[in-house]
Amino acid sequence: MHNNPILRISTKILFAPIILFGLYVQFHGDFGPGGGFQAGVIVASAFILYSLVFGIEAGKKLFPTNVNLILLALGGIVYGGVGIVSMILGDEFLAYNILGSSPQSGQHIGILLVEFGVGLTVSNVMIALFNAFASYDKVKEK
Amino acid sequence: MISELLINAFLVTIMLSIAIALIKTRTVIFTVILTSAYSLVAALMFITLDAVDVAFTEASVGAGISTILFLAAMAYLPKKEEKSISSEFIPALSCVILGGILIWCSFDLPEIGQLTAPIHQHIAPEYIKGSKEDIGIPNIVTSVLASYRGYDTFGETIVVFTAGVAVLALLEKKNTTKKNKSQPKQKIKKNA
Repeated sequence: MHNNPILRISTKILFAPIILFGLYVQFHGDFGPGGGFQAGVIVASAFILYSLVFGIEAGKKLFPTNVNLILLALGGIVYGGVGIVSMILGDEFLAYNILGSSPQSGQHIGILLVEFGVGLTVSNVMIALFNAFASYDKVKEK
Repeated sequence: MISELLINAFLVTIMLSIAIALIKTRTVIFTVILTSAYSLVAALMFITLDAVDVAFTEASVGAGISTILFLAAMAYLPKKEEKSISSEFIPALSCVILGGILIWCSFDLPEIGQLTAPIHQHIAPEYIKGSKEDIGIPNIVTSVLASYRGYDTFGETIVVFTAGVAVLALLEKKNTTKKNKSQPKQKIKKNA
């Protein structure tokens, strides 16, 4: 697919808007439909599209595997970390009221961070799965 | 009312025809594409039920990313499905019986949107009131998902993480064992 100009150019045009839409879904989840799970999948689809059109090696150059694996774990850590912080501040695990000046702003901060953690894990798991399948050696052990 | 009925009938007909086509097809790529199409129609179905968040998830996860992952995994499968079932009678009979039981049970379900249904009486009113007053977020789905049911979502995130790591470990292991197998051979060749 490397030599098809229509695919290459349309991928280049679409790449940034897909990520922008993913970020919109991520951070607008409080007010409209959306949230971490959907946003993670949308952001991952941009990187997978890039890998499909330009090849898996170019995709790995754009988004290195070790960064991918670190971010994959970081999402869960962000989520759990919000719970730990709320515990340190003197409330229960994942009780966001204490995070802000008022209970409502605390809830806003907590939900935003937690959804960000979900999005981080989901998007990186999807990219990692695609990379693992795409770069898996096709020769079977016979 | 009549337009809603027409839309639902239309969607159900499409779903049913996709399902029948899925049974008939023996080519793996058609199965993947048809499953994706089925998910997309299911997403439209969720929109008619006013469940926009679920529809969004179904469209992006069910129709989008899982299709790509299936296609990526499909490269290691044979192109055609082998017809291994000797008799089609018993599977068909069990499907009909199970479907009959499910349809029979569905008569006991409350009507969609009925206010007196038990599901709307339990803790849902508290969430709907609390989402506005305690959390201050217009989207109730997000406030339930991330705040009221924060533990569940934490578990879900860990499940996604664990599943991803497990698949990576499985695929990675094969790669390294192959390298270990091939490396000694090269050394032998060099020595010779």
